[in-house]
Amino acid sequence: MAGFYIILTASTIAVSCGLLGVYLVLRKMAMVGDAISHAVLPGIVIAFLISGSRDNVPMLIGAAAVGVLTTVLIELLHKKANLQEDASIGITFTWLFALGVILISSFTGQVDLDQECVLYGEIAYVPLDLLYLGEDINVGPRALWISGGVLVLIISAIIAGYKGLLITTFNPDYAAALGISTAFWHFAFMGLVSLTTVVSFESVGAILVVALLIAPPAAAYLITENLKPLLWVTALFGIFTAVGGYYLALWLDGSIAGAMATFAGVIFAGCWVWTKAQSKKKSSDIPQVVNKLKDL
Amino acid sequence: MQQLIEFLSFSDPNARVVTIGTVFIGMSAAMVGSFAFLRKRSLIGDAIAHAILPGIALSFMVTQSKSPVILMTGALISGWLAMLLIEGISKNSKLKPDTSIGLVLSVFFGIGILLLTHIQHSGAGNQAGLDQFLFGKAASMTFDDLKAYLAVAALLLLVLFLFYKEFKLLAFNPEFAEISGLPVKNLRFVLSSITVLAIATGIQSVGVVLMAALLITPAAAARSWTESLFTMLILAGLAGAASGLVGSYISYTAPNMPTGPWIVMSLSFIALISILFAPKKGLLPKLRRQSENRKKIISENLLKALYHLREKKLISDGWVTRDQVGKTREFASDEMSLALKILSKRFFIITDKQNIRLTEKGLTEARRVVRLHRLWEMYLTERMRLKADHIHPNAETIEHIITPEIEEQLIAELGFPEVDPHESPIPYSKE
Repeated sequence: MAGFYIILTASTIAVSCGLLGVYLVLRKMAMVGDAISHAVLPGIVIAFLISGSRDNVPMLIGAAAVGVLTTVLIELLHKKANLQEDASIGITFTWLFALGVILISSFTGQVDLDQECVLYGEIAYVPLDLLYLGEDINVGPRALWISGGVLVLIISAIIAGYKGLLITTFNPDYAAALGISTAFWHFAFMGLVSLTTVVSFESVGAILVVALLIAPPAAAYLITENLKPLLWVTALFGIFTAVGGYYLALWLDGSIAGAMATFAGVIFAGCWVWTKAQSKKKSSDIPQVVNKLKDL
Repeated sequence: MQQLIEFLSFSDPNARVVTIGTVFIGMSAAMVGSFAFLRKRSLIGDAIAHAILPGIALSFMVTQSKSPVILMTGALISGWLAMLLIEGISKNSKLKPDTSIGLVLSVFFGIGILLLTHIQHSGAGNQAGLDQFLFGKAASMTFDDLKAYLAVAALLLLVLFLFYKEFKLLAFNPEFAEISGLPVKNLRFVLSSITVLAIATGIQSVGVVLMAALLITPAAAARSWTESLFTMLILAGLAGAASGLVGSYISYTAPNMPTGPWIVMSLSFIALISILFAPKKGLLPKLRRQSENRKKIISENLLKALYHLREKKLISDGWVTRDQVGKTREFASDEMSLALKILSKRFFIITDKQNIRLTEKGLTEARRVVRLHRLWEMYLTERMRLKADHIHPNAETIEHIITPEIEEQLIAELGFPEVDPHESPIPYSKE
């Protein structure tokens, strides 16, 4: 049962991250996702210090607000201070992450977070923290409910805002000409990314969130280019990642989150090799066509 | 204060090792990182830093040794591999560079975490300390470590010194470097290698996650102060060294404080100050210059409007109302009030609530602006052969920036013209 809960929680997180990651990859904002996943750390610590627990709504929203603030900071450095974009991203997230680690060290007694957990999460402990309805009706792990809630939120947001997201992703100029606010969709989307990062943080840690955000969409993007199949294939790859990562971790006796990132890399490598082989086949068709033409 | 003197006197041998180590690591990483920054490869540096982790874990698994040389070799190999993969994926697939950077970064890091936890769980005797690569282990630096880092730092600086000109060309104009017959491929290889080496040593002091800051933050800070590469390298090196000093001082006075994050904090602080206040490129001086220019432009425009009214003989007793001015030239209402305030402060106008009057001093200034406008229009028609209906907008902007020297040249060049292309008289110093 424990293994099942872990896989289920990991799958919901992987699917949430993957669906958002599709848009991150298409918007060329993969590294902004990386920056957000680091930068929410001080938000989490501060919200934790104020509210005293990690699983309540104000704390999640407060921490996610820091993620959105990160994108604003990056924009400010880039546009107002004329710093090149890659450096703006790098400076912003390292600064915020350092702040987070310092906060953790300053309040060690009061914050139930440690540096290792920050980096690779504690998904193995998910089945231990169960949620009870009333006195003794066990309804499954708390983390599963939270990440499930986020998944539902993300799926409904993607369905409800499908057109807006689509048009602001692929043709922001046209969207602006139609009177669609690109800023609204940008911040709404970044808010979702931050929220997902915060929720996933505890389970898979800061950097492996990035693996789940980027690797499955990147692999799916090699296979298909249409948005709808892209979303479906990404979700499928997310689930593969969760299942494969879990068993890889069991086999090697290592971190589950680390194994999931590794397995996501394996899936990507597979897709890459496959598409390379396909394109080689196609290009080797050309000489045959030429020969046939010669025969004529 | 007592503690600061104690710290600076280097009496504590452990603090001495840590301080010298972090200062030199910070300095060399900053100088090498400046080139990564200029070549817009900051995030690749970040990815390499993360990707070093599996190399360290694997080389420990194979050799069961924690000697800096062996771990560093493993780090170098996996760092290199990651860089090649990033380039390979961006080139040989439809993925954009940002995606391939994020992909390689997170997957390599995941593999590293998996291997590290595997080593920990398998309980090999001396695995303790490997996880310090995550956040750096400056505080537990030994004398042997220090010797290795100093050697690497010296090597990095030597290579930078030897290939300074070549790297400069590579950073600013790679196409030209290629045409002029430099071995660009080999140079890139050398530059990338010293970057990976700088990262592999840098993670000892700040850890893999924060390594990007050690590379690029000092460079970004230094860039705000100077246009010269040499000065920039020196400034970046100083910033890196200073933050190493601050970081090790803080962990000396508060032993449970992590050194690496404090180094990054002080670096970010230096960068923030630089980005905000550096005289030429800083944000605040730039905003101030912009607002000064805006003030100059709107007040000169108001003077011109007053002059035009006077020229058309619409002013009988010297007083005009704000409405009259508003009809001659459109001002946003707050602009008009601001311009009136500036001009009356400089005694160019006298004003009560509704009425405005040019002073003698103001009239001279207004003449100057109108003169520049009309001279420039003259110049555009005479020398640039532009038609009379095309020249006004250009003159509207240039009139605010023509210096007295250029004015003299214009007058000499045009031979004291009496009227401008629209047949309006050009006002010289006396009517």
